[in-house]
Amino acid sequence: MAIGRIAWVPVLFLAALAAGAFLPLAIMALPGAGGEIAEALGDPVVWRSLRFTLVQALLSTGLSLGFAIPVAVALHEMRDFPGRGLVLRLFVLPLALPQIVAVLAIVGLYGERGALSRLVESAGVDFPSIYGLAGILLAHVFFNMPLAVRVALGGLSSMPAEYDRLAHQLGMGFAARFRHVLWPFMRPALMSAASLIFMLCVTSFTVVLTLGGGPRATTLEVAIYQALTFDFDIARAVLLALVQVAVTAFAFAMLTRAGGEVSAGLTLGAMRPFATRRNAIAGIVAMLVIVVGTVFVAAPFVVVFWRGLAADLSGLAAQASVRSALATSLVLGALAAVLAVGLALTLALGMARAAAQRGFTGTPSASERLLGQASSLILVVPPVVIAAGWFVSIRRFGDVYGAAPIMVATINAAMAVPFAFRLLAPSASSMMERYDRLCRQLAISGFARLRLVTWPLLRRALLLALAFSLALSLGDLGVIAIFGSQDVQTLPYLILQRMGSYRTQDAAGLALILCLMTMALMMFADRTGVGSAEARTS
Amino acid sequence: MHRLLICLLSATALVGLSRAALAEGTLTVYTYESFTAEWGPGPQVEKAFEAECGCDLEFVSVADGVALLNRLRLEGGRTDADIVLGLDTNLTAEAKDSGFFAPHGLSDVSVDVPGGWSDEFFLPFDYGYFAVIYDTQAIDTPPDSMEAFLNGDYGKIAIQDPRTSTPGLGLMLWIKTLYGDDAPAAYEKLKDRVLTVTPGWSESYGLFTAGEAPMVFSYTTSPAYHMIAEDTDRYQAAAFSEGHYMQIEVAGMTTKGADNPLAAQFLAFMLSPAFQDVIPETNWMLPAAPTSEPLDPVFGKLVQPAEPLLFAPEAVAENRKAWVDEWLQAMSR
Repeated sequence: MAIGRIAWVPVLFLAALAAGAFLPLAIMALPGAGGEIAEALGDPVVWRSLRFTLVQALLSTGLSLGFAIPVAVALHEMRDFPGRGLVLRLFVLPLALPQIVAVLAIVGLYGERGALSRLVESAGVDFPSIYGLAGILLAHVFFNMPLAVRVALGGLSSMPAEYDRLAHQLGMGFAARFRHVLWPFMRPALMSAASLIFMLCVTSFTVVLTLGGGPRATTLEVAIYQALTFDFDIARAVLLALVQVAVTAFAFAMLTRAGGEVSAGLTLGAMRPFATRRNAIAGIVAMLVIVVGTVFVAAPFVVVFWRGLAADLSGLAAQASVRSALATSLVLGALAAVLAVGLALTLALGMARAAAQRGFTGTPSASERLLGQASSLILVVPPVVIAAGWFVSIRRFGDVYGAAPIMVATINAAMAVPFAFRLLAPSASSMMERYDRLCRQLAISGFARLRLVTWPLLRRALLLALAFSLALSLGDLGVIAIFGSQDVQTLPYLILQRMGSYRTQDAAGLALILCLMTMALMMFADRTGVGSAEARTS
Repeated sequence: MHRLLICLLSATALVGLSRAALAEGTLTVYTYESFTAEWGPGPQVEKAFEAECGCDLEFVSVADGVALLNRLRLEGGRTDADIVLGLDTNLTAEAKDSGFFAPHGLSDVSVDVPGGWSDEFFLPFDYGYFAVIYDTQAIDTPPDSMEAFLNGDYGKIAIQDPRTSTPGLGLMLWIKTLYGDDAPAAYEKLKDRVLTVTPGWSESYGLFTAGEAPMVFSYTTSPAYHMIAEDTDRYQAAAFSEGHYMQIEVAGMTTKGADNPLAAQFLAFMLSPAFQDVIPETNWMLPAAPTSEPLDPVFGKLVQPAEPLLFAPEAVAENRKAWVDEWLQAMSR
C-alpha cells in the first residue's frame, strides 16, 4: 500500500512542473485574454497546423512501428549472432543526436546532392525529393524505429523460453508462431512505444520545418514557438500548448482503448539460451532484415562521423569552452538521469504494486492507467512554455542565474521519465510478481528490501534507464536554449552556437564527440548490467 | 553522484559569491549569445571597456534579438540589465512601447549608417545588408535583381521562416518593400525557387555549405567570413539592382541603466573605434561608426548595394503580423 501511494510522488512532481509553467503565464496573460482566445481558436492556420501535426505524427508512428516489427522479430530470432549487442547499442544513439545534426546528416544521404541520391541518379533512376512529407517521415522513422525495436525486444524478452521451445516442438511455421507466440508479447510493448513515438513526433519542430519544404508543413509546436517569441502573445501560446496536450491525451485514450494494457517496456533482454532449429532461408531473410535496418540507422552516423573526422578534433578538445561544456553536459545530464530514474522507479514500483493488488489479472484500474499514461504527457508540453513559465516564477522569488542549472536538469529529468519508466516497468512488474509475497512473508522491507531484492533484480534495467536518460539529456536543446546563459553551456548548445557563426566544421567535430560519448555511456551501461545478470543466474 | 552534486552546488554558490563581490561599479549588458561567444566581439569589448572605465562589465546572453526583448518582458520591468545590446530596427518600436527603455541622452555621436540615424532611445552598433549568397561552383551567372531571381531558374535556395527567424523576416520585408500589395504574387514565385524553409539561419546555411542548395539567404558580409577565415572566394553575394534590405542592430539603455552612469559611458564607448574596430571580423557586420583603421580589403570586395531599403520600425511593428500571415497564405498554397 505504501509504495502505491509513493507512486503519486512522480506524478505530482510532473504535474507541478507543468502547472508551474502554465500558471504564471496564464496570470500574466489574463488581462484581456478573452478576445485572443477567440481569435486563436478561429484561426485557420492553427487548425491546419493541428491537422498536419496529427497526420504526420500518426504516419510517423505507424511507419516506425511497421519497420520496427520485422527488425525486432529478426533480432529476436537471430539472438546469438555476434554483432547483436552492437546493433542494440547503435539503436539508442538517434535519441541523443540533436535534431539539426541528424537532419543535416539525413540530407547528406538522401538530399538533392546526397550520397545515396547521387548514386541512384548515376544509375539513371530518378531519386524523389526528400523535401515534403516524405522527408519528415524518413527522419522520424530514423529517430523512432530503433526506439520501437528496443521496446518490442523488451516485450519479447519477457516471454518464457518454453513458449519458443513448445512452438518448435509443435512444428509451428513462422506465420503461426508469429501470430500465437511472438505477437501477443510484442503487441503491448509496441503500444507502449507507439504512445512515446506519437508524442515525440507531435512536438517535432526542426525536422518538420527543415525537411517539410515550406510553411505548409507546420506543427502546432511551431505556432507555439512563434506566439511566445516573435509575437510574444502569451495567451495564445498557453492556449495552443493546452490544445496540444489535450489532443495528445485524447489520442492516448483512443490508443489505450485499441491496444489494451500498455505495460511492457524496453529492456535489453537477456535471452535464455535455446537452440532453435531454423531453416537456412529463414535465417538469410532474418539476417537481411537486420542488415537493412542497421544500415538505415547507421548510415546517418557514418555521415556524422565522416564530417566530424574532417574537423580539427584535437584543437576542439583543447578549447576551454568545449571542455567545460563536456563537463556541464555530463554533470547536468547525470543529475537529470538520476532524478529521472528515481521518479520512474517510484512510478514503476507503484504500478507493479497496483498490479499485484489485483493479482496480476484482470484489467488495470483507472488509477493505474492514469499513472502510466498521464505522466508521459509532460513530453508534449513545449519546453519553451515550461522554461518561460518557470523563468517568470523564479525571477519573482529567487536567483535566475543560480536556478538555471537546476531547472535545466529538472526539466530534462521530467522529459526522460517516460522513457525510463518504460525501461523499468517490465522488470519491476516481474519482480513484484515473483518476490513480493516472499518479501512480506519474511518481513523484508524498507532499505533491506531495496538492497537485497530490488537492487539486484533491477540493477540491469536501472543502469539501462540511467544511460537512456543521460543520452536524452545530453542531446536536449529545447530547455537550455531558453534558460541557458553563458554559465550553462552544454555540448548541443555549443554545436548550435558554432553552426550559427559559420563554424560548420567545429559543429561537425562536436557532434562526433557527442556521439562517441553517448556510445561509450551505452557500452558502460550494458556491460555493467550484463555483468550483474550473469552473476544472478550463476 | 554525490560528488557531482557537490561540485554543482559549490559552482552555483561561487557564481553567486562573485556576483555579490563585484556588485560595485558593475555594468550589466544583455545581448545575444553569438556576441559573447569566444570568437565574437564580447571578450574584446569587455576587456577594452573594463580598461577604460575601471569597472566590471558583465554580459548576460540569450538566444537572439527577439529573445532579448522577451527576456525583458518576462522580467516584467524588474531587470538586471543596464544596457540591452542586439535588438534590430524590426523590434525597436515594440521595445520603445514596452516602457523598459530610457532615452540615451547622447547628442554628438558619430553614427554612420546608410539613411542616417536619429532615435532618442536607441543607437546603432552595426548594420548589414541581406543578400542571396550563391555557390560559384554551381552558378556561373547569378541573378542581378530580385525580379530576375524570382522569375528565373538559377537553382534552388534555402531560406528561413519569418515566424521564427530574423533573416527570414528580412527576406519577407525586402519583398514587401519592393512589391507592396503585389507581394503575395511575388511570394508565390519565390515558392518555386525555394528548396526548403528552415526555422533558423543555421539550418539553411548548413544546407548551403553542404552543397545541398546552390543559394542561401544570408548577408552581404557572409562571403567576407569565407574569404578571411577560410581563404576561399567560392561563396559570393548576388547584387540586386533594386537595392538590398538592411538590418541595423542597436543598443539601448534601460530605465534601470539610466541611474547607472556607466550605461551612458558604454553607449558612447560603443560608437568609438575601440568597439567598432572589433565588429567587422567578429560579428561579421559593418561598423556603424568610424573605425581607427580601414577595414580588411576583403570588405571592399563585398556587394555595395545600390540603395539601402528599410521600413520604419513603426511600420514593421504595426504590420508584421498581417504581413507574416500574408506570406504564410501565399507560401502554403
